[in-house]
Amino acid sequence: MSGPGLVSAARTPNASQGAESRMTRALREASIAGALAGVLGFFFLALRTDIVTGGLEVTTRWGLWFTAIAIVFAGRLALNLFWFGHSYGAGKTAGRKITRLLPSSKIVGRVALAFALILPFFFMVLFPNRDRQYIDLSILIMTYIMLGWGLNIVVGLAGLLDLGYVAFYAVGAYSFGLSAQYLGFGFWTALPMAGLLAATWGLILGFPVLRLRGDYLAIVTLAFGEMIRVVLINWKSFTGGPDGVSGIPKPTFFGLEIGRGSGSFGDVFGLPYEPIHRFVYLYYIILALALLTNFVTMRLRRLPIGRAWEALREDEIACRSLGINTRNTKLSAFSTGAMFAGFAGSFFATRQGFISPESFTFLESAIILAIVVLGGLGSQIGIVIASVVMIGGIELLRNLDFLKQIFGPSFEPAEYRMLIFGLAMVVIMVWKPRGLVSTREPSATLKEKKLIGADQIAQGEGH
Amino acid sequence: MTTQTQSLYRWKDDPVLTVEHLSMRFGGLLAINDLSFEVGRGDITALIGPNGAGKTTVFNCVTGFYKPTEGRIVARHGKGAQTEAVDHATRTGKRWHKSGEGAVFLLERMPDHEISQKAKVARTFQNIRLFGGMTVLENLLVAQHNTLMVASGYTVGGILGLPSFKKAEKAAIKKAVYWLEHVGLVDRADDAAGDLPYGDQRRLEIARAMCLDPQVLCLDEPAAGLNPRESADLNMFLRYIRDTHGTSILLIEHDMGVVMEISDHVVVLDYGVKISDGDAAAVKNDPKVIAAYLGVDDEAEIDVPEVRQDLSGAKGVPHE
Amino acid sequence: MEYFVQQLINGLTLGSIYGLIAIGYTMVYGIIGMINFAHGDVFMIGAFISLAVFLVLTTVFGVTFLPIVLFLALVVSMLFTSFWGWTIERLAYRPLRGSFRLAPLITAIGMSIVLQNFVQVTQGARVKPLPPQIQGGVELMSGSVDGTTINAQLSYMQMIIIGTTFVLMVAFSLLISRTSLGRSQRACEQDRKMASLLGVNVDRTISLTFIMGAALAAVAGLMFMLLYGVIDFYIGFLAGVKAFTAAVLGGIGSLPGAMLGGLLIGLIEVFWSAYFTVEYKDVAAFSILAIVLIFMPSGLLGKPEIEKV
Ligand SMILES: Nc1ncnc2c1ncn2[C@@H]1O[C@H](COP(=O)(O)OP(=O)(O)OP(=O)(O)O)[C@@H](O)[C@H]1O
Ligand SMILES: [Mg+2]
Repeated sequence: MSGPGLVSAARTPNASQGAESRMTRALREASIAGALAGVLGFFFLALRTDIVTGGLEVTTRWGLWFTAIAIVFAGRLALNLFWFGHSYGAGKTAGRKITRLLPSSKIVGRVALAFALILPFFFMVLFPNRDRQYIDLSILIMTYIMLGWGLNIVVGLAGLLDLGYVAFYAVGAYSFGLSAQYLGFGFWTALPMAGLLAATWGLILGFPVLRLRGDYLAIVTLAFGEMIRVVLINWKSFTGGPDGVSGIPKPTFFGLEIGRGSGSFGDVFGLPYEPIHRFVYLYYIILALALLTNFVTMRLRRLPIGRAWEALREDEIACRSLGINTRNTKLSAFSTGAMFAGFAGSFFATRQGFISPESFTFLESAIILAIVVLGGLGSQIGIVIASVVMIGGIELLRNLDFLKQIFGPSFEPAEYRMLIFGLAMVVIMVWKPRGLVSTREPSATLKEKKLIGADQIAQGEGH
Repeated sequence: MTTQTQSLYRWKDDPVLTVEHLSMRFGGLLAINDLSFEVGRGDITALIGPNGAGKTTVFNCVTGFYKPTEGRIVARHGKGAQTEAVDHATRTGKRWHKSGEGAVFLLERMPDHEISQKAKVARTFQNIRLFGGMTVLENLLVAQHNTLMVASGYTVGGILGLPSFKKAEKAAIKKAVYWLEHVGLVDRADDAAGDLPYGDQRRLEIARAMCLDPQVLCLDEPAAGLNPRESADLNMFLRYIRDTHGTSILLIEHDMGVVMEISDHVVVLDYGVKISDGDAAAVKNDPKVIAAYLGVDDEAEIDVPEVRQDLSGAKGVPHE
Repeated sequence: MEYFVQQLINGLTLGSIYGLIAIGYTMVYGIIGMINFAHGDVFMIGAFISLAVFLVLTTVFGVTFLPIVLFLALVVSMLFTSFWGWTIERLAYRPLRGSFRLAPLITAIGMSIVLQNFVQVTQGARVKPLPPQIQGGVELMSGSVDGTTINAQLSYMQMIIIGTTFVLMVAFSLLISRTSLGRSQRACEQDRKMASLLGVNVDRTISLTFIMGAALAAVAGLMFMLLYGVIDFYIGFLAGVKAFTAAVLGGIGSLPGAMLGGLLIGLIEVFWSAYFTVEYKDVAAFSILAIVLIFMPSGLLGKPEIEKV
């Protein structure tokens, strides 16, 4: 449990201090960190409660405990000696420098887009054995990119903190799942409907709550997200309850099924059927949906409505003095964001073929929000980077089977996924509080486009 | 109060804005008490008073940020007092009434965004409220939101990229550039508003309000923190606005130099009560005003000659 | 009537637990204006530590005198959980102080994920059942409806929970209103910069706030464990959300508000389950929150926020 902030990072090393005292200080702080780790870990690492017949039993694991203390001690020592020597900056300094590292976001965007377009073939050629797995992962990442872009409208542009975004994702997924089950709708019929329904829900939920400020809005949206899930679990006769909805149809290609048999896509185009086709097709669908989200967002940013969203984030009172109806403007941002979640939701349903309330927990909202904030509020390309890093990262952890050889067969790397995910969230945020890409591109220019530094940009509601 | 009689009629005859029996209570504090005054069309009217007198509160009531506890606030488009239209609107409970003579707006009934959009009363803020993370140009485009919204077919046409919207946007940028030229900020159009120096921010805020094409422009201490040169430029700019655009200006100002130099009409507030109302010369010599500013009774230690000089229109240092 | 009284008691008991957690949220929000999302998980940590202490004492050391066991579990758990609270603030929030509003919110969510998964990895994902430790109670009234007798009983368990909460609340209010710590806290709430200029050690005050919040959450954790008899790594989430709801309902930043909100949420939940459907009890609690906020945006006891223009 060591990290850059532990014990006394704030004390900057005194220039006149010699190497000797620096070493002692490092040792002292490392000891404190180790001791703290020992205290914190005592009841969790050294002791373990397990169910045995007749009740609970405590077992001890001193080895694990000592190892953990040693690791924290060593880690802190190393940090002190090799890292904090170079000063430790958090907070406002992290604004402008980052973008200098990145070439103009336009170029990055173009390259990323080109890569995204050929991605399935890239995997098929280079990793013929694992292509299915990689394309599937790409689909997952692309879904999060789309969700991130959708939420970005609400949080990044309009500055409204929405912790219940997953509710609209669920609305989209269930509206397809249920319409397929009860009405026999296909994906392409259900897709616009899912978006519309989610947007409508956005309006309905947004109407009463959007007048709340900052954190109140956050907690109420969180509550709504949970409420929708509770309803999905308990309205068994309609939603199938915890068992969810299964047998959701796959998308067709202009009426042709991607599968085996006569009248299928392969049959008509004379291609022998391979399961990978389905993945490639799904990939291109989500890519198209994500690009649509991006296109619409970029367009909206340059329209009065988008500018009003950003103005709202900057200063709501000034907006009101300029004749902007803030309630309607907020509602439009909220429901536009919801609409894209609805699209993504119905894609999720068709991809999985099965949905249940399990998939729409608060954690999901938190992950999407984390992607938006870590990427850099308002930055489209930042969200792509954050999705790839965070989602790709946790999925990679599933595949670290070689670790079993080091830690023994009972070691399950997958168990540590979320632990590492959470730690990464904390570390990245402490390292770059404004996210990876924190500059803003103006929506209109007179002569020369200049990026706006993070230190000027407000974060909306409450401040 | 004796010199008022003649000048009084000018703003009474053709008021663009009237405040009638306005009261505003915050819990136990009566911040404004039964205040009535007029803002004449085409006048530069100054609202002055010591700190905490309730000036900003008057602005907030006029622009709909606060709902007054009591009173009526009427804005008028078109000539004259339009008494009938006002009475009609008041009686019928409508928010505004349009007639052959023009239109009247009962501001105390209207939400803030409608006041700037429909009644065309624009304002600036005492502590500047720009969109700091947006460029100067964007700030001015946001001010034209409602026009552009309509032109973009409420976004649908905009997404499709209709030529009519492109044209409207060009016009909006042109208007923005027009105002930027007048506040001398064209070269900074693409910079973040938050990066501008203080004086530029103040002027930008005025330019932004002017992009609404207001009938009445309410300025809350526009000269605060400006140096004498900037302050003189500001006076010229305000006159320009009034003379070329016919915008009536209501301004709060502590700098007596500015007030005495440019205002046609001065209203003095103290503890939420109007203590004087008239043209600059009349107010300047009103013993009540001098007393309020000098605090005859309780603040005798104030450097009297300097303040007096201030009041009599010499170039003053901006008060806090 | 008996049924009603019984539900009232149950509601107050549950509400006490929510209230204790809510205080942690409200204090932190009051002083640094952030939602400490990890607080619910600190409560869960407290419950696990209590359980471990309880088991060590009873199975390893063979202590059988229950009051001693409970007392020690309470003290040790408060102490160790405080360390957790302190460390979380130090690691995840302090480096971001003065930074942008969303950054600490994200680290808080990250911390919440870390804590849950840390406990899951180290203690296993399965629930830990603990047989009821304190049995019996006082019968308050009894009556019969349609031939079946219904009793309203105040169990010793409930007495302990409500009693401890009450004592802690009083002690705590005194601490806040009478000591210099409380004064520093209120100073930091008003204006952190000014407070630090006037010699208030802001960092220390904030740390102490987290420590106190964590200690109270640990108490709630112990009580939760005793009341329900099962805990797992996930209990912090829902309890946390409810407690935060309670804090907001009562008016965030207000200590009595947090307690009142906690009691109300507990009562709503219990009565809703008793008279309507158990399944939708959370929906009921959240709906009440939404309704209250819409009509009283600053909660029941919160100071109305004046929008100065
Ligand atoms: N939203 C509010 N809630 C409570 N009191 C308020 C509010 N707004 C203003 N006041 C009080 O009303 C009184 C008048 O304030 P106001 O800001 O209008 O004064 P002012 O004349 O603009 O002063 P200054 O010259 O300092 O700007 C003050 O006592 C102020 O504290
Ligand atoms: Mg003022």
